[in-house]
Amino acid sequence: MKNKPRLSRSEKARRQFLRTIGLGVGVVGFSLLGFVPVLGRWSERVRPPGALKEQEFLASCIKCGQCVQVCPVNAINLANLEDGFGIGAPYIDTRAQACDFSCDGLQCVLACPTGALTHEINYSHESDMAIAKVVGEGRCLAVQGKGFKGQVRGPDYTGKLRYDEIDRWNPIPVSEHPYDLELCDLCVRQCPIEIRISQCDAGKPPSGDENQCPPQHAIRLEPVNSDNGTVSMRPVILDGCVGCGVCDMICPVDESVFEMDSSDSRWVSV
Amino acid sequence: MNKLFESLTVMLGKDPKRPTKEDFTEQAIALHKVQRGDKDRIAHIHAEIAHKKANKIPEKWRRRRWAVLIAANLLFVLSYKLDIQVLEGALTASRFVGFHMADLNSALQVMLAYKQVLINLLIGTVTVLIFWWLLGGRTFCSWVCPYHLLAEWAEILHVKLAEKKLVTDHPFDRRGRTVFWIVFAILAIVTGYTVFETISPTGILSRALIYGPGIAMVWVATLLLFEIFYSRRAWCRYACPIGLTYGLVGATSPLKVTYDLNTCFHEAECQKVCEVPHVLDLVVKGRATDVYLNVGADCTHCGRCVDACPTGSLNLEFKGLGELL
Repeated sequence: MKNKPRLSRSEKARRQFLRTIGLGVGVVGFSLLGFVPVLGRWSERVRPPGALKEQEFLASCIKCGQCVQVCPVNAINLANLEDGFGIGAPYIDTRAQACDFSCDGLQCVLACPTGALTHEINYSHESDMAIAKVVGEGRCLAVQGKGFKGQVRGPDYTGKLRYDEIDRWNPIPVSEHPYDLELCDLCVRQCPIEIRISQCDAGKPPSGDENQCPPQHAIRLEPVNSDNGTVSMRPVILDGCVGCGVCDMICPVDESVFEMDSSDSRWVSV
Repeated sequence: MNKLFESLTVMLGKDPKRPTKEDFTEQAIALHKVQRGDKDRIAHIHAEIAHKKANKIPEKWRRRRWAVLIAANLLFVLSYKLDIQVLEGALTASRFVGFHMADLNSALQVMLAYKQVLINLLIGTVTVLIFWWLLGGRTFCSWVCPYHLLAEWAEILHVKLAEKKLVTDHPFDRRGRTVFWIVFAILAIVTGYTVFETISPTGILSRALIYGPGIAMVWVATLLLFEIFYSRRAWCRYACPIGLTYGLVGATSPLKVTYDLNTCFHEAECQKVCEVPHVLDLVVKGRATDVYLNVGADCTHCGRCVDACPTGSLNLEFKGLGELL
């Protein structure tokens, strides 16, 4: 090893100063890269019920995941570094596991320590996560006049839903609940808002609480006029849709007929 | 009060000041004089240090500390995984058997970015503030922060490699951390995002343990490699604003590492193991202005100096309020 010349005290100090500047620029620069996904809106996520508008949401969320822990269907995930400043913030991948309001009481909202999920809402129909959009009508079984028989999304699909008639308190894997439908109406049949409305119409609101009754329908099937006389229907999203994503999750075709659009949803803090 | 001010400015990055003649108490001056003559005692201590080096004794405080650190983080993990619900959330914010707790730095970032005072968050912040004021502020770093543990392992590697002359430590200017603290506070206000959270290895690791790791672990690995090969304990020493936040909270804490000039023979074994050696400047020969002194606010109360000291001159103590200032 060759001998390096000894550095003078001032040269050492100069190098240390420059190193420190370098470290500062590196660390702050790296942290600011977190802007890129936010500004580029790469991460237009469906956020849990009660989430504030994106900027306020990311500002107020303390990235602790308490909402993740209370969700009975594990619908909530935490974003990672690819979301930039959105790291550690909760989102819902509706196709993998939608929010079916199994908890009835918006547990994620109650768990949130900062109000990033606004404490202003109490009932499922008050949430405004997104709005479902019909993007693949051609793929829709009902539009094709087809029924559905068997396991939705196949035997390996791990998503869960609560089926009141089976167990009011425990959601079960969708794969354990096969269907046999003459005309596929899964998106309407499983819509948590529609389920609540029919319960209320039958005089049995959830938990016996009238306040749980949604004021507006969220989705329905409308007949399609066809020349050859076959019966076919198409899904139409209505004003009562809260963007929970169950229609997206339960849609049995390979690529879902639905897409969740969160761009015009969410709450403004008071 | 002067001592508190000195302790704060040293934490913010000033070099420890060399005491002037007027700073010393008479007892301290007398002790400094006597110690210079005691050749037998010095030889004895040298023998003791050599013996310690030859027969590695496990570090008592480090063992306790690692046990606590692992237990605290495990409690987070198990509360979720086994649904025992004792400590729910992550280090950034949580509920301990239902009571709100919030990491002081994360809460600060949120309030600066969001520009609103959130009641639940305030409750959690005040609870945690009182807790860590009592237990010494930066005690959070060495007794709870999961990055601290990984950084200690990286440090063991760094020190081994340095002994073999394979790596050299490149120190940074300690004022850098104060600048980071201010810059990240300003960034939170100006951008409206919790910018520091994006790169906080504490938050990243805590969430990775509880909810599973993600791509952010590459950043944590980069920091660790940087510390192994380039600069010893760089993140905790020169960068982390969390450490400074807790340091400010713990500046007047009753929990202190205390120093006793009576028995100290200035071997500086403590400084060699210390994460923040500037707080132990008082052990250098001729620097201690009084017989009994408290170690400054930047101290993480890790206790490594206590175990390293061959003469028992350093101790972790919970002091009465009267002795604080």
